[in-house]
Amino acid sequence: MTETQEGAGAAADAPGAPPVPAIELDGVVKEYLAHGEVVQAVKGVTLTIAEGEFFSLLGPSGCGKTTTMRMVAGFEEPTRGTVRLHGRDVTDVPPDRRDVNMVFQSYALFPHMNVWENVAFGLKRRKVPSGEIARRVGEMLEIVALTGREKRRPREMSGGQQQRVALARALVNRPRALLLDEPLGALDLKLRQAMQIELKRIQREVGITFVYVTHDQSEALTMSDRIAVMNDGRIEQLAGPREIYERPATAFVAGFIGTSNLLRGTVDRVESGCAVLRVGAEGRVLAAEGAHRAGEAIAVTVRPEKITISTEEPAGGLSAVRGTVSEVVYLGLYNSYAVSLADGAEVTVFQQNALDSTSTAERGDAVWLSWQPQHSYAIGS
Amino acid sequence: MKRLTPYLLVLPGGLWLAIFMVVPMVFMASVSTQEGDVVNGFAQTFNVGVYGEVLGQYGTQFLRSASYGLAATAVSLLLAYPVAYWIAFRGGARKSTYLLLVLLPFFVSFVLRTVSWKFLLADDGLLLAPLKSAGLLPGDFHVLQTTAAVIGGLVYNYLPFMILPIYVALERVDPRTVEAARDLYASRRGAFTRIVLPLSLPGVFAGVLMTFVPMTADYVNAAILGGPENTMIGNIIQTEYLVNNDYPTAAALSFTLMAAMLVGIFAYARALGTENVLEAAAR
Repeated sequence: MTETQEGAGAAADAPGAPPVPAIELDGVVKEYLAHGEVVQAVKGVTLTIAEGEFFSLLGPSGCGKTTTMRMVAGFEEPTRGTVRLHGRDVTDVPPDRRDVNMVFQSYALFPHMNVWENVAFGLKRRKVPSGEIARRVGEMLEIVALTGREKRRPREMSGGQQQRVALARALVNRPRALLLDEPLGALDLKLRQAMQIELKRIQREVGITFVYVTHDQSEALTMSDRIAVMNDGRIEQLAGPREIYERPATAFVAGFIGTSNLLRGTVDRVESGCAVLRVGAEGRVLAAEGAHRAGEAIAVTVRPEKITISTEEPAGGLSAVRGTVSEVVYLGLYNSYAVSLADGAEVTVFQQNALDSTSTAERGDAVWLSWQPQHSYAIGS
Repeated sequence: MKRLTPYLLVLPGGLWLAIFMVVPMVFMASVSTQEGDVVNGFAQTFNVGVYGEVLGQYGTQFLRSASYGLAATAVSLLLAYPVAYWIAFRGGARKSTYLLLVLLPFFVSFVLRTVSWKFLLADDGLLLAPLKSAGLLPGDFHVLQTTAAVIGGLVYNYLPFMILPIYVALERVDPRTVEAARDLYASRRGAFTRIVLPLSLPGVFAGVLMTFVPMTADYVNAAILGGPENTMIGNIIQTEYLVNNDYPTAAALSFTLMAAMLVGIFAYARALGTENVLEAAAR
């Protein structure tokens, strides 16, 4: 049977015991049969989501993030592996017996019911006394700012309002975790940004675990405590937003999150924990950390906004490469430069427009690019 | 010109209906109150009494038609809903193939299909003869000339008209709303009765209309599969018109049937809550 939030929470938090994670996936694999061939949508995902965490599954479409979430909700059964919710193995428990609720991508509101009926649906199925239903639905509609619209039908409401009904319909049940499948995908940019802040506020207020599926990296970076970047059915990197952005673990993560430059070179020598790469005839790249041997061919990443563009040779302690400006794009807040290196590689550089205009390079200029050693990381190839 | 376009588009269909439906109806209404015979001709006498006469004389057949129509509609609904549901939710990429299969009988003439049922169900036919010789059925067992045969034939002939509108309604049900219901603690059955069924009611409504009306007015099934005890009002109209050449009686019977069905349909719509049904259908 389903447990109420209060009951199970008290049992799980026995004094002295380590906190039970909200969600645990252990070696989860999902295979489909498509056109007579076995397709692996999820290829072994193991992760632990803590109570009260805002956790995002981020990746391009078809990466397995939605399938992973659907296995947590109970709509898909894993081919292998286990799913645990608050320590309980729910791998083959149907969705109506799980203490999680979902906000669907297209909201999936019940079109023949009004707002009040939509929000009260879950409580009614759980045979909550009608007085309590009225109170909780009223409170929830207040939280999502829909008081006074109880009698509206979903199709009479705007996308943003439908979104909030979907959120209220799930949250009113006080699930122990809320699953959100690209919930802001159908909204325009302004509304999406407002809803991001709104979601974060609601999450803080109700204090429950949010699992957020999105392909929008800025959305994930803005809201999440931790992010699992998925690609091709696997987790590429699982870390906090800052680390994901600053220290991408793989070339895929570096390319998927923001804009990134990938430089390849051969390790020339290792100097005080820093691998020195030779890039071109005059260039050197200092890559922090990682045990590298001289002669090894590695790839390093560096974010465009970390790079300084200059016509003079930079100081010794910095990474420095030479190139020719092949394109300058004015983007208001900053300029974007494309710089071609001698070996043919192209490097993108963002330079804020607040800087002295005399430092601006023109197309065709020969320039030096430099950055701090801690801004480039060797990545797994 | 632009503002006229919608009206121009409606014109051909509108004219067609006006000329080939409204004019004959007015003509038949006029015929129904005439008196005379086919040899000496009919004259308009505004004899409204004919309506009372046909009701008194053929009340049994009217009631029989209504009950056959209702029974056949009910059986059709029970058979059609699961088929429509299966095609809509489990049909996958082959949906249109299954729909074609549903419609396939229409490629054969209505009368021919019914006659083939006669061969199939005959006392010594394909179905009964082997069962009888195997001793599974008594020798005098028969299907033809029974109420069951007529209702069976009606169901067979009109089933696609029930399947298609229900399919269309179910097709529009977002499967994610079913998942949402399951996520919100509804059982499989609960998700069906609270989400799928109410959302498919407009299709059921349309299907019932599209089958009940022609089934009740049908005469081919009763003529071919039924016996003297299964005569429906359609058979009486046919006999009066084509055999007895009593045009006023036939016309009066037709109008009585039409009026009765309109009353029935409006009562049905009211009971189901038309407003709601039309609203849901317009979604």
